[in-house]
Amino acid sequence: MAEPMKVRAKLAGDVLDVKILISHTMETGQRKDAKSGQVVPAHFIQNVTVDLNGKTAVAAQWGAAISKDPFLGLKLKGAKAGDTVTVNWEDNKGGKGSGATTIT
Amino acid sequence: MKVANEINQARRALLKGGCTAGVLALAASAGLLTPGRVLAAPWNKGAFEAKSIPDALKGLGAGGSAATSADIAIKAPDIAENGAVVPVEVTSQIADTQAIIILSEKNPLPLLANFDFTEGSAQGYVSTRIKLGQTSQVRVVVKAGGKYYSAAKEIKVTIGGCGG
Repeated sequence: MAEPMKVRAKLAGDVLDVKILISHTMETGQRKDAKSGQVVPAHFIQNVTVDLNGKTAVAAQWGAAISKDPFLGLKLKGAKAGDTVTVNWEDNKGGKGSGATTIT
Repeated sequence: MKVANEINQARRALLKGGCTAGVLALAASAGLLTPGRVLAAPWNKGAFEAKSIPDALKGLGAGGSAATSADIAIKAPDIAENGAVVPVEVTSQIADTQAIIILSEKNPLPLLANFDFTEGSAQGYVSTRIKLGQTSQVRVVVKAGGKYYSAAKEIKVTIGGCGG
């Protein structure tokens, strides 16, 4: 499997460009398994928080209709080199993941 | 002040971790789970499982009318070959943008995502990839200064992305 999560943050002037890529199946719960004909149970990320220096900047709630291996791009204000961007997510089965990067 | 008491009770119940359906329903009806209010809020089940856009917005506390705004830009392909991965970029030029909500009219569950911005730390911008079951209007509702604004764009889908 690819690495579970990538967080990139790049300063462009005074705006911080954040790009997040999470490896997750994002199963909708509506698809049927081709072999068994059974509905594949829903398994998707519900909560994502993006923190700048430990303070939440964006809190997102997702449904199952975010694409597999979700991508999220954000623009944050008031960031400077040396600051940390932390991303945490939690899915509907209690699975969790996090990633962080330091702005250079 | 009965209402205030009820809200406090609901909040206490939530803080205790008593996240039973009843408590959540009470909290939702008391408006505790509106966007921007609670940062590490529990997932808004009612809104995400709503079958129509008005119900979903009501679940988010955005049930009122939303004025159409030209200050919301939706960047997405006119025709998406694969409905499972449709890149969507939303930019809100409205001052004090507090939340961006993305909905699709034709998806089985119309609420796709809700992004809450903490005051002053994020620009009104979100870029992500969504699944569309079929050709549909994609609607964006922006919360700014306590008011709601909306914009929509039709995306044609040649292969649906919701399984089937």
